[in-house]
Amino acid sequence: MPKVTLIAHDGTRRELDIPSGWSLMEGAVQNDVSGIVAECGGGCACATCHVVVDPNWLAKLPAPSATELDLLECTAVPRQANSRLSCQIKLSADLDGLIVQLPERQT
Amino acid sequence: MPPIVVVGAGQAGLQVVDSLRRGGYTDALTLIGDETWLPYQRPPLSKKFLLEEMDPARLYFRPAAHFSKQDVTLRLGVSVTRLNRTTCELTLSDGSTVHYDRLALATGTRVRTLPVPGADDPRVCYLRGLDDAVRVKARLVETSRVVIVGAGFIGLEIAAVARALGKEVTVIEAQGRVMPRVVAPLVSAYFQRVHESHGVRVMTDAQVQAVVNSGAGLAVRLRDATEIPAELIIVGIGVVPNTELAAAAGIICDSGIVVDEFARTNDPAIVAAGDCTRHRNTLFAEPHRLESVQNAVDQAKVAAASLLDVPVAYAQVPWFWSDQYDVKLQMTGISTGYDELVLRGVPESGAFSVFYYAGERLLAVDSINRPVDHMVARRWLLAGTKIAKHSAADVAVDLKSVI
Ligand SMILES: Cc1cc2nc3c(=O)[nH]c(=O)nc-3n(C[C@H](O)[C@H](O)[C@H](O)COP(=O)(O)OP(=O)(O)OC[C@H]3O[C@@H](n4cnc5c(N)ncnc54)[C@H](O)[C@@H]3O)c2cc1C
Ligand code: FES
Repeated sequence: MPKVTLIAHDGTRRELDIPSGWSLMEGAVQNDVSGIVAECGGGCACATCHVVVDPNWLAKLPAPSATELDLLECTAVPRQANSRLSCQIKLSADLDGLIVQLPERQT
Repeated sequence: MPPIVVVGAGQAGLQVVDSLRRGGYTDALTLIGDETWLPYQRPPLSKKFLLEEMDPARLYFRPAAHFSKQDVTLRLGVSVTRLNRTTCELTLSDGSTVHYDRLALATGTRVRTLPVPGADDPRVCYLRGLDDAVRVKARLVETSRVVIVGAGFIGLEIAAVARALGKEVTVIEAQGRVMPRVVAPLVSAYFQRVHESHGVRVMTDAQVQAVVNSGAGLAVRLRDATEIPAELIIVGIGVVPNTELAAAAGIICDSGIVVDEFARTNDPAIVAAGDCTRHRNTLFAEPHRLESVQNAVDQAKVAAASLLDVPVAYAQVPWFWSDQYDVKLQMTGISTGYDELVLRGVPESGAFSVFYYAGERLLAVDSINRPVDHMVARRWLLAGTKIAKHSAADVAVDLKSVI
């Protein structure tokens, strides 16, 4: 299972094992991470699953869809260059070791 | 004020429990639900879950451990059969009783069943819960011909999935256009074209008279005697709010449990939230009953605030989305009473928004593959921002710059 490190806004780090094929959002929610709201349940419709991807990992992720890019304009905390929606990040062995930060709030 | 009991472990029930704990309530808290699954997301059931290999555990709002950590007593797989407001007691289907001091009802809805002869055939399916979705998914695998009755959101989403799985799909709609209740005719026309271009046969103004099972196999018979062969029939003709428990206890219901803008019923100890309510929202003059994640979540927060005696009036803008193929429809506001439509972008481009106006007042916006329009419109509707029709219509105007 790919390991993912989530760094909460207060700096707390959590390392999660998330099954391949799951989205990062699903992995975070099933591990009771409170910094991801995911109101639309992964529908790429709410922008409440915002994460900021470690710059070293950004290039390893498939490019965001047009819808994701548009939604990233509408996050509660303004996006950064390396922001993504965690429901659109599908985990695989290639992403083992992924590091992301959680924004201060999602709504 | 303990204990607080929440009936219905769906989107709204879960949110009530969550908001109570976040709001500092530390006493006894019980969440009762008649489904056996942990509380889960319904929207993916007619979308991703049907289409892909997907572990149901990916749909849970929270892992099981969350509830013990939060000291929430979860009672799943049991339904509340009686509410006694005199003794403040609930009777459960397993014969046990649960005492409450304050109660939240979040009982949701159930599907409206197809009221025609033959509809009790096991190949006639519905989609409301995870059990339904597991069943429909299994049946889809062994089916090549699917007939969908009802061209609402759920019917059309299933049609899109079934096409993606290579099935032959017919959609039957009683009214003259798809999604007739909620979107403007031009949006209906757009979605009908999208489905037809993906190979779905869309039949409007078509009334189902019976489900027949002759020597030739299963079929849907229409009022004009046309028979449409099917191996699987999926019905999506709307829902009925679960109000019986409340109504039998003398709580006022009017196709929905009637609540005020604080999610309070006529019993001061009882609030209600989500799909089951006919509610007040201070943004609107009329009461509404809505079926959406937004309403379940936001109204549940209001219900929790009332339970904590820090009432906050419900004043949130409704929003909703639907995914069909690669088309994302996002809706916000309530368009009832519009007198003019303003189009932003052109349907032919596959990305456009429809602004519903009453006079100069913006009521609602439907966005098709234009999420920014949707998000901005939500903010405007909440703030009551005036947005000139010419700005709405002009794709060169950056809506985010209009405050
Ligand atoms: C297939 C599908 C797709 C959807 N897609 C979208 C979408 O894309 N966007 C969107 O915004 N919304 C969508 N919705 C609607 C959304 O899921 C609902 O609005 C939301 O789930 C409502 O939450 P609720 O808690 O009010 O009701 P529910 O989630 O229905 O929960 C109510 C729960 O209470 C239980 N219950 C009822 N009576 C009792 C009793 N007496 N005792 C114990 N338990 C009881 C029910 O079994 C149920 O588990 C969809 C719904 C479905 C079914
Ligand atoms: S969960 Fe809603 S956009 Fe990711």
